[in-house]
Amino acid sequence: MSAPAPASPPAPALTASRAEVGLFTLFARVYKRDLTLTVRTAGQWLNTLLFFIIVVSLFPLGIGPGPQTLSTIAPGIVWVSALLSMMLSLDSLFANDFRDGTLEQFVVSGQPLSVIVVAKVLAHWTTGGLPLVLLSPLLGLVMQLPDAAYGVLLLSLLIGTLALSFIGGIGAALIVSVNQGGVLLSLLVLPLTVPVLIFGSGAVTSAGLGLTTSMQVSVLAAILALSVSLAPLAMAGALRVGVAAGR
Amino acid sequence: MYRVAGWLSPWFGSICLLTLVTGLYLGLYVAPADYEQGDSYRIIFIHVPAAWMSMFVYVVMAVSSAIFLIWRLKIADMVAVASAPIGAAFTLVALLTGSFWGKPMWGTWWIWDARLTSELILLFLYLGYMALRGAMETPQGAARAAGILAVVGVVNIPIIHFSVEWWNTLHQPASITKFDKPSMHISMLKPLLIMVLSFQMLYFYNLMVRVRTVILEREARTSWVAELAGRRSS
Amino acid sequence: MTDQAPLLLEARGMTIWRGDNLLMDELNVSVRAGSIIQIQGTNGSGKTTLLRALIGLAEFDEGEIFWCGKPFFEVRDELYADVLYLGHKPGISPGLTPLENIQALCPELGVDCRDAVLAVLEELAIADRIDLPSAALSAGQKRRIALARLRLQRGRLWVLDEPLTSLDTNGYDWVREEIRHHVGLGGAVVFTTHQALSFEPLHVDSIVLGGELS
Repeated sequence: MSAPAPASPPAPALTASRAEVGLFTLFARVYKRDLTLTVRTAGQWLNTLLFFIIVVSLFPLGIGPGPQTLSTIAPGIVWVSALLSMMLSLDSLFANDFRDGTLEQFVVSGQPLSVIVVAKVLAHWTTGGLPLVLLSPLLGLVMQLPDAAYGVLLLSLLIGTLALSFIGGIGAALIVSVNQGGVLLSLLVLPLTVPVLIFGSGAVTSAGLGLTTSMQVSVLAAILALSVSLAPLAMAGALRVGVAAGR
Repeated sequence: MYRVAGWLSPWFGSICLLTLVTGLYLGLYVAPADYEQGDSYRIIFIHVPAAWMSMFVYVVMAVSSAIFLIWRLKIADMVAVASAPIGAAFTLVALLTGSFWGKPMWGTWWIWDARLTSELILLFLYLGYMALRGAMETPQGAARAAGILAVVGVVNIPIIHFSVEWWNTLHQPASITKFDKPSMHISMLKPLLIMVLSFQMLYFYNLMVRVRTVILEREARTSWVAELAGRRSS
Repeated sequence: MTDQAPLLLEARGMTIWRGDNLLMDELNVSVRAGSIIQIQGTNGSGKTTLLRALIGLAEFDEGEIFWCGKPFFEVRDELYADVLYLGHKPGISPGLTPLENIQALCPELGVDCRDAVLAVLEELAIADRIDLPSAALSAGQKRRIALARLRLQRGRLWVLDEPLTSLDTNGYDWVREEIRHHVGLGGAVVFTTHQALSFEPLHVDSIVLGGELS
């Protein structure tokens, strides 16, 4: 019954640990995987886009169609709507991978989790953030945004939605093991997004008034730099916690 | 730890009571009425210490969360969990008193003043922290996740504060900055400082009491807690 | 038995509470190279929790974990680079094909691993599904895809959560053969199971949970 197991030194096949994967290769793999998944389930990213359009078009209905009024509030409306759309879609950033067990495999893969996380966030931004940016001039048009503001609208949303993806990703990672965490996600993340909103819509407003916007755009870029450098660590830590706490 | 906290709490409690009485006496009776604002300015003796403590408690929470995450010191997490509701209460007091002050000063209950707005966002941060703790299934998971959130929050607070200040100057060029007190008379400053000290002690007193409760909760299965309970009930 | 074989994973004094239930008290586990350890117990006895706690995937109240003699938190990444974990959830995204799923979970395989994957899936009798969406797979088929990693990915320590559930007899035999082979090469296997399994002539250590309580 108790025949001794072979105690010989581990065979060569087992002493060598897993082949090293370059960070960029790993990044590219995960990025491509997530894009593939999103493209195959078209509903998700189209929904975000539709939500964005619908929220913006509610404001003229609620406030009144006066071009003068709309023109004043347009930067804020477009920015707040973009922010809300981002929050809505971030809910699913890690949720599907958590549900089918891929996330725990990423955690125990021995690969740097923060690289995986950055790839996931950027893939999510490509399908959930970039379309919002590209669509925003159209909504600006509908909202009577002053002509001078379009360039800054695009630029500020480009930087801003990226920063929002990283900040929101922290929230998405924190609630990954929580059932129905969508509202909680907003509660956690929205206060943290205040600076992005202030400087983003502030830049567009100033541009509309013909003022210089380099200060606001630089601050946005600084916030982006800070969140890109710190958020991946927080997300990786939060995912380890979530995977260990979940069922 | 339980014993230390139990030994410290009456000291904090009595200093708090002492300074509270002195501070209120000096602030409400001895200090003169303000030239412009009359007696309504006296609410700053509550408002300013509460606002100050709301920031201070968040920093304590974040620092102890960081200690917990790095060195896995359980007591640090207990300090954080015990601090959150106290900090939220201070924030709420600061907001309410700010609003009460705003009514006679500005003629409205709420104004999007930079500091009030920052306090409001701080309140959201506290609420988010507590909500996350409540939502996690395991106590260990709750502690670590909330700890990460507190640290992320404390990195953000200066940025939020700065951006709100900027936003405020942009939209209200002639901003009402009555909270600034460049030339405050010593008779007003003294009670204010005493009140700050008092609120500080109030926090420590509450913290000790709450930490004791948290320790009992967490260690409910150990023999020393069982012994303690037995001794109390017999 | 083989006490001189190198100690891979060691857990000391594991105490786990779930709510007011004490799942295990001061449990010690040591996993040596070339050993098989099965964690047995009834439903809800904490098998999976213990298995996951051993590699930092579940919270525990007291205890310490060591990998090759070093504390878990110092060598977490080394440990994970040498562990192959198959969980209760197979880690198969419904939106991807089996090949894409395996590529996602084994980034070290390189882009043109199709033939290697195909060979293993043929043994597991699901090679014809390699390019079809995984959403259409049955639970047993998903598990087979996950199990293919036993052949494709390196790792001295295998940590398997109920590896035999939803498998038919062929799959069953395949897994046992793989475990035997892996242990023969000096690897180690820890797995959870409902009923005791035998790997004659290899020795199997058992940890029985929940028995003491009832």
